[in-house]
Amino acid sequence: MSGAVLPQAGLAAPAARRAGLAWRGLGRSALPWLLPALLLLAWQAGSMAGWIEEEVLPAPSAVLAAGWDLAQSGELLRNIEVSAWRALAGFAIGGGLGLGFGVLTGLSRLGERLLDSSVQMLRNIPHLALIPLVILWFGIDEAAKLFLVALGSFFPVYVNTMHGVRSVDPQLVEMGRAYGMDAPRLFRRIVLPGALPSIFVGLRYGLGIMWLTLIVAETIAANSGIGYMAMHAREFMLVDVVVFSILVYALLGKLADSLARLLERLCLSWNPAYRSA
Amino acid sequence: MDGMVQAPARAGAAAVGIRGLRKDFGGPSVLQGIDLDIPAGQFLAVVGRSGCGKSTLLRLIAGLDRPSAGTLALQAGPERLAPEAAVRLMFQEPRLLPWSSIRGNVEVGLARDTPAALREARAQAALAEVGLADRAAEWPSVLSGGQKQRVALARALVSRPRLLVLDEPLGALDALTRIGMQALVEEVWRAEGFTAVLVTHDVGEAVALADRVILLERGRVAMDLAIDLPRPRRRGDAALAGFEARILERLLAGER
Repeated sequence: MSGAVLPQAGLAAPAARRAGLAWRGLGRSALPWLLPALLLLAWQAGSMAGWIEEEVLPAPSAVLAAGWDLAQSGELLRNIEVSAWRALAGFAIGGGLGLGFGVLTGLSRLGERLLDSSVQMLRNIPHLALIPLVILWFGIDEAAKLFLVALGSFFPVYVNTMHGVRSVDPQLVEMGRAYGMDAPRLFRRIVLPGALPSIFVGLRYGLGIMWLTLIVAETIAANSGIGYMAMHAREFMLVDVVVFSILVYALLGKLADSLARLLERLCLSWNPAYRSA
Repeated sequence: MDGMVQAPARAGAAAVGIRGLRKDFGGPSVLQGIDLDIPAGQFLAVVGRSGCGKSTLLRLIAGLDRPSAGTLALQAGPERLAPEAAVRLMFQEPRLLPWSSIRGNVEVGLARDTPAALREARAQAALAEVGLADRAAEWPSVLSGGQKQRVALARALVSRPRLLVLDEPLGALDALTRIGMQALVEEVWRAEGFTAVLVTHDVGEAVALADRVILLERGRVAMDLAIDLPRPRRRGDAALAGFEARILERLLAGER
């Protein structure tokens, strides 16, 4: 009888090993999620057991339910739209100016002497310190939020663009000149691609500051947007909505960063350091 | 016999005429009045110790710097040539654009008015000439040092220059790769018939490749020697070694 069992076990062994390998592969990719999942479980269990008071931190299930209600009423989408528009428009203005000025000061010594020390001086003022002034200037208008977001995202893009343009290999520039490239071609074929890795660093920093600024601005002075949604809920002690708003910010921030990284990988695929496996 | 000594000059190879050429960078002159005629189609090697001014001379010929005094003229027959179009340069380093494909890098060498339909075919042909036709779509970062220099050579050749100027392009290569590259440079020079000016530290390389070797010393031409040996030349050949010994002797004498 045992003789009949043994060969079966022998056949089963490779399959078991394959399954084991598959598990290990899954384990490796799931490992970063283990800690958050455990934390979430502990949170849910703690809430259900009554250890965590609902007024302090509602259960994850309650937060999700609040989110579902907001989504159903259309309030969530409307606020996300408003916030996303503010973030992107402000970033387009600030990042665009940062890129332009960064290229200018990176390329021209005159531009650097004229502009850079002024910009560095302004950079040392925390832009959020301007909120009272901005409210005086713009009230709680859209312009106030756009101004703050643009101001905040300007500096990282500016600094990294200038640095990127400066650190383009001068030997390549000389090669371009020797091979008859005129200034626009030199910029397009050598300076810009050479500065791009650094510009992307600035872009990703700028995106982080963009969300940070928007959260603060919307929390302090707004009558729409996710930050407003959270502050409004606070007045009615809707803790679940407050927590949900924070989660939405986190997700939007993560989404923006992932998109930037994807773009980075696509644009810098020539660089072994960015090549995706 | 003469045909074996020197490839026939292609119609349009550039002749270089240099009179009283001086160059200083604010301090003492690096070049102190050079007079030199390079006939069309000649392969000239410039040797000398570090700081003798050979790279400066090369940069002036290539139009990268302007002379402080004196004149430098490029001519094809009666036609006066502008350096941007007529001269191509190979640097010590490959200087490839890492963000362009290998073919894209070769296309950098094409004249800007080359029709789009022709660009790819011309680049592909130049890559075939240096034996890298099948790598055209790859990034330069995957190539070895010798292969990168071959791409740089293809980039220099793709516009069919009238004068090719080489600034120690083989200095950083290992011995075997270097011998292969020397053979390749000689082969394309013989096939295309351009004028070539090679700056090198390596006297052996100079006498193996060149029709004529000049030795620069403190910004002046200290020796001007025709290497009238048939091609292809064999390494270790006694006559070759004789030329090499004479130049080395003069180089060392200049030191004392």
